[in-house]
Amino acid sequence: MTLKVRIRHALGAFTLDAAFEAPGGVTALFGRSGAGKTTIAHAVAGLIRPEDARIEVAGRVLTDTSLRLHVPPHRRRIGYVFQDGRLFPHMSVAQNLGYARRARPAERARVVEMLGIGHLLPRRPGGLSGGEKQRVAIGRALLSRPDLLVMDEPLAALDEARKAEILPWLERLKGEGGVPILYVSHSVPEVARLATTVVALGGGRVIAAGPAERILADPRLAPVLGLREAGAVLTGIIAAQAEDGLTEIDVPGGRLVLPRIAGAIGMHVRIRIAASDVILSRARPEGLSALNILPARVSEIHMGDGPGVMVALETGGTPLLARITRRSANALNLAPGESCHAVVKSVSVAQGDVGTVPAAVKDAGRAG
Amino acid sequence: MTAWLGSEEWQAVALSLRVAAVATLVSLPFGVAMAILLARGRFWGRGLLNGLVHLPLVLPPVVTGYLLLVTLGRTAPLGRVLEDWFGLVFAFRWTGAALAAAVMAFPLMVRSIRLSVEAVDPGLEAAAGTLGANRLRVFGTVTLPLIAPGILAGCVLAFAKAMGEFGATITFVSNIPGETQTLPTAIYAFLQVPGGEGSALRLVAVSVAISVGAVLLSEAISVRLARRVAGR
Repeated sequence: MTLKVRIRHALGAFTLDAAFEAPGGVTALFGRSGAGKTTIAHAVAGLIRPEDARIEVAGRVLTDTSLRLHVPPHRRRIGYVFQDGRLFPHMSVAQNLGYARRARPAERARVVEMLGIGHLLPRRPGGLSGGEKQRVAIGRALLSRPDLLVMDEPLAALDEARKAEILPWLERLKGEGGVPILYVSHSVPEVARLATTVVALGGGRVIAAGPAERILADPRLAPVLGLREAGAVLTGIIAAQAEDGLTEIDVPGGRLVLPRIAGAIGMHVRIRIAASDVILSRARPEGLSALNILPARVSEIHMGDGPGVMVALETGGTPLLARITRRSANALNLAPGESCHAVVKSVSVAQGDVGTVPAAVKDAGRAG
Repeated sequence: MTAWLGSEEWQAVALSLRVAAVATLVSLPFGVAMAILLARGRFWGRGLLNGLVHLPLVLPPVVTGYLLLVTLGRTAPLGRVLEDWFGLVFAFRWTGAALAAAVMAFPLMVRSIRLSVEAVDPGLEAAAGTLGANRLRVFGTVTLPLIAPGILAGCVLAFAKAMGEFGATITFVSNIPGETQTLPTAIYAFLQVPGGEGSALRLVAVSVAISVGAVLLSEAISVRLARRVAGR
């Protein structure tokens, strides 16, 4: 385990009491604002002194209140990307990147190239766009050669266009950086796109923790994630680029046809399928305009307070979520163990939810 | 300039510049430390300390000068300790003029630096910490450059105040030509003697020139520094 955290800390009326472990890769600390995410991130980086905690990163104990141990931030080797970037305004981009004085020139050149910030080097942070600032902040943290990179809502301050601009860089970082990442976020699409492990927080407690595919497809967590946001993440391989502008992707349960995804045949992609975009049918539907039909088995049905139910499915050994009405569930006689067909409208898969998965990370994610 | 000014006048100008420069430079480290302590420190008695620092601003300067005389005069216990142990004599010496000027200028310097310390985002210092910088390096590379405009403004204010200090100086170290006679006390002295108006007027002109020059210089530097700090 790369990261082991146990923390209890009172902030006014709010008490944080959480414990989790995370392997390498990207661990998403997920929850609504006020769930205690940033408090945990600050504790990991040593920016606060929790009342009662033990924090271990890459085999080094950084905080242990029972031993009165608190390694100061500058000796922790935890890179921290703040929501607001926090670039030093009186230094150029190059000086910001070199501030930690730990990276060799070759490594520096690699990070600059990976984040696409070479043309910004002589400039001052004041003249950069929000997305550029965040990329520089990520580069600066990476060049401190951290054992763990903490990213505290790095995209929250950016508009949608800037987010879309920076997400591919984060995916690249995940694949090439080689650094484990603790990614604090309240955005399901971001988490679905980046995380290998998800730790879901609510009211200062850990509600669920585990591999991203399993947590995001857990029907009981749908209310926490937000019903509209709930949805499973499938990993597939680009099988063909058809001439009519569609891309065919092999997923464990079958083949999906999606609007064009840039990528070579054989490339791994992550696709988030929102639960509300999945239709269920007992018989294999014929004469339907939707192109994507995956055979599935019901694993669990989660009743909420409203008229809808969240159906957890299994297709080819991976989980899938469908949100349908209670009436439909009864009409179809759905019950755990029953087989059915999941219909996904091809146009309903947003491009933004399609991410590329470098092979190395994918394997690491499986191993973890 | 030496031809235009009489030797006694020139002496007063040179001494004033020396007194103000020494007062400003020597009190600068203390001013920065005090400003940071007052801006960031959370301790019992902070309000009291703040009041004490600002006291010379509200006390009559003659009172401040008198207090300096009774604590640091050659017969006062503290004054004797400083003389015996460190060879430091303040009473009726130019060093005393510098001390009086420094004490009077200190609140202005602290106030100006403190404002700039309060404007520094502590998040930037935390960020520097996560990049492996210890507190000393954080101070030197982040805090200090960011408060530089405030330090400069504080220095200019303190220098100007020190150049113009009159009441505490004349009370503490008197008005000895060549030793403690600064610009203002020299102007005062020339006005006391018949036919001294010419000298007084020349010193007034010098005084105005120095003040205007200092303000223009500080303005030019602070514009450059502010642009640097704004990150453009």
